[in-house]
Amino acid sequence: MSEPADPPETGERRTEPTGLLLRAIGGLRQLVPAIVAMVLVLRDEGPWLLAAVPLAFVLLGASVFVAWLQWHRLTYRVGTEDIRVESGVLSRAARSVPYERIQDVSLEQGPLARVFGLVEVRFETGAGGKDELKLAFLKEAEGERLREVVRERKDGAVATNEAEPGASEPSAEVLFAMAPRRLVTFGLFEFSLAVVAVVAGALQQFDFLLPFDPWDFDEWQERLAGPGAWLSGLGRTAQIVGGIIAAGSLLLVGFATGLVRTFLRDWGFTLERTAKGFRRRRGLLTRTDVVMPAHRVQALVFGTGILRRRFGWHGLKFVSLAQDAGASSHDVAPFARWHELDPIARAAGFAMPTEDLDWHRAGARYRIDSALLAGLIAGGIALAVLVALSATGAASPLLALIPLAIALPLAAWQWFLWRFERHTLDDTQVYARHGWLAPRTDVASRIKLHSAEIAQGPIARRRGYATLHLGLAGGKLAIEGIPLARARELRTAILRSIAAQDFSRIN
Amino acid sequence: MDESDALTPLHPNHVKAMRVATLLAAVPFVIGALVLEVAGLLPTGVFIVPVLLAAVLIVIRAPMRRYMARGYVMGEDRLRVVRGLWFRSDTVVPFGRVQHIDVHQGPIERAYGLATLTLHTAGSHNASVSLPGLADADARAMRETIRAQIRRDTM
Repeated sequence: MSEPADPPETGERRTEPTGLLLRAIGGLRQLVPAIVAMVLVLRDEGPWLLAAVPLAFVLLGASVFVAWLQWHRLTYRVGTEDIRVESGVLSRAARSVPYERIQDVSLEQGPLARVFGLVEVRFETGAGGKDELKLAFLKEAEGERLREVVRERKDGAVATNEAEPGASEPSAEVLFAMAPRRLVTFGLFEFSLAVVAVVAGALQQFDFLLPFDPWDFDEWQERLAGPGAWLSGLGRTAQIVGGIIAAGSLLLVGFATGLVRTFLRDWGFTLERTAKGFRRRRGLLTRTDVVMPAHRVQALVFGTGILRRRFGWHGLKFVSLAQDAGASSHDVAPFARWHELDPIARAAGFAMPTEDLDWHRAGARYRIDSALLAGLIAGGIALAVLVALSATGAASPLLALIPLAIALPLAAWQWFLWRFERHTLDDTQVYARHGWLAPRTDVASRIKLHSAEIAQGPIARRRGYATLHLGLAGGKLAIEGIPLARARELRTAILRSIAAQDFSRIN
Repeated sequence: MDESDALTPLHPNHVKAMRVATLLAAVPFVIGALVLEVAGLLPTGVFIVPVLLAAVLIVIRAPMRRYMARGYVMGEDRLRVVRGLWFRSDTVVPFGRVQHIDVHQGPIERAYGLATLTLHTAGSHNASVSLPGLADADARAMRETIRAQIRRDTM
C-alpha cells in the first residue's frame, strides 16, 4: 500500500483468464434449476432425453465460446487522466472515467474468488448501480495497484482541496473494529425469523417434491393418529411442554439466523482512517474492502433499534454518492457504543449531535392534524367494517371495535413523535431526528446540500406548517411539519451557507 | 433574495400551451362518452353532459389557475421555483450546486415559442428542478447566466 504507484502505462490489459472459470461456475449454479426443470419435463419422454444431451453440450460449448469472446474483447487501459474500458463483441462500447470523478475503488471477493486469489474491482462514480464501472476479475495485487493509481491521480487533481482534516497522517489508524465477542452480542440483536419464512415459501414452491402434502391437515392428523398417537395421549402438560419447546426452537432459529448472518457479513470488521479517507474491511466468506474519501461523506446517519437502544448500542452510516453493496450509504460502525462513534464522526469532519443544541420540535398543529388524520382513517375503517358485518352477518359487528381501538394508540403515537422528533441547525450542520422507539438522527453538512424546498399540502397550507426538503446527494433529508416561518428561517440560513461555496470546491 | 421578492410570472402563452395539452388529453374521454351516448345505454346526456362539463372546466379554468400558482425568482446566485395548486412547492436551487442545465421544447411549446428550463443537482431529492413556460429566448438567456455563475475551476 505504501509503495508508489507505477507510472501510467499505455498498454491495454485484459482481466484475468481464470475469472472465466469463476464465471462458469457461477453460471452453472444458475443452470441447475433449468437442468432440473428440463429433466422433470423430459423424464417421461424416454428417447428424447438422449437427444437433449448433445444439444445441451452444443449450447454449453456455444456459451463458453461467447464468454471467451467477451473476455477477449474487453480491455482496459489506465491512462494519465482516466480509466478506459472497451468492451463488446458485435457492438463495441468504449467508456472513459476521469480520475477526479471516481468516488472510491472497492474490492470485493466472493468465497470462490478468494480461492483463486482474484478480486472484483468497482470504480464508484456516483452513477449508481448498473452504471458503475466494474472489472471482474483481476488479481488481488492488480486490484490494489489500480486503487493506488486512482488515488495518486485523484490526489493530483484535487490538491487544491485543503479542507480535509487529518490529511497529513502518514499511516492508517484503526477507528473502529469489532471483535468476535462484540459480533456475538450484535448477532443476538439481529434476531430474525426470515429463515422460517424462506423455508415456508420454499415448501410452498417445492411441495411437489415432498412425499406428502404438508398443507393437508387431515393427513397430518392421520399421521399423528398412527405412530404419533401417543403424542396426543400424553395429556395437557405434555402439550404445554411441547408448545414451549416449539416456541423455544423458533427463538433458537431466530437467534441462530441473526448470528450466522452477522458473522458472515461483519467478520473481521475494521474501519481505518487512511491518509485520504476511510477504509473498511469485513466479511467471512465474501470479503469486501471499501475505500471512502473523507470529503465525499455527505451526511451521517445515527441509527439504533428498539431493543438495542435500551442496552446503549448505536450504529453509524455515512451517506455518500457511492454505492455499498446496493445500499446508498456505508455502514461504518454497525454496532457500537455512543462514545465510540465520536472519533469516526470527527474524522469525517462532522460533529456529534449533543443534547445542548438548540433543538426544535415540529409544530403542535402538525401533530394534532396527523393524530386526527390517523384517528379518522381508523374510524373510517371501523365504520366500513361495521357496515359490512351488519349487512352480511358474517361475524359479530362488535369486531368493528378493533380498528376503533387502534385509533387511540395511533393518536398517542403522534404525541410521542412530537416529543421525540426534533431538528436543529448550528453553524455548519443540520440535525434531524426521526422516530420514537428506534430513533434515527441525520446529520448533514450545511454546505453539502444541493437545494431547499418548502412543500405544503392542502391541509398544511391552511394550518400554516410545511415540510422542508433538503437536497442531499445519496440520501434524503426532510424536516416535517415545522411552522412556515421556521421553515423559511432554516432555508434562508442554509442557502446562505450553500451559496458561499461552490460544489466543485467541496467534492 | 428574500421570500418577499415578487415572483416573476411565466410567459402568458404558457396558459395556452397547457390548454392545448389538456385538450388533447380530454379528447379520448369525450370520444368515449360520445360512443357510449350513441350506444344509447342510458337516457340521452347521461355520459356526454358531465364529461363535457368536466372537460370544459379542466381545459378553460385549471390551466389559468395553475399558471397563477406558478412563478420564479432569478436571484444573484440562486433560482427559486414556485409551483403547485394543491400541493405547493417552493424550491430554491443555488447555482453553485447545479450539475447541468437543460433547455427543452416539446412540440406544443415550440408552437407557442416556449421552453422548459431544467436544473439538475446531485441531491437525491429535487435531482432535477424544472421550470416550464418560459419564453424560449428567456430560457436560453437564463441558461447562459446560470452557466456563467457556475465556477468551472475543476473542469
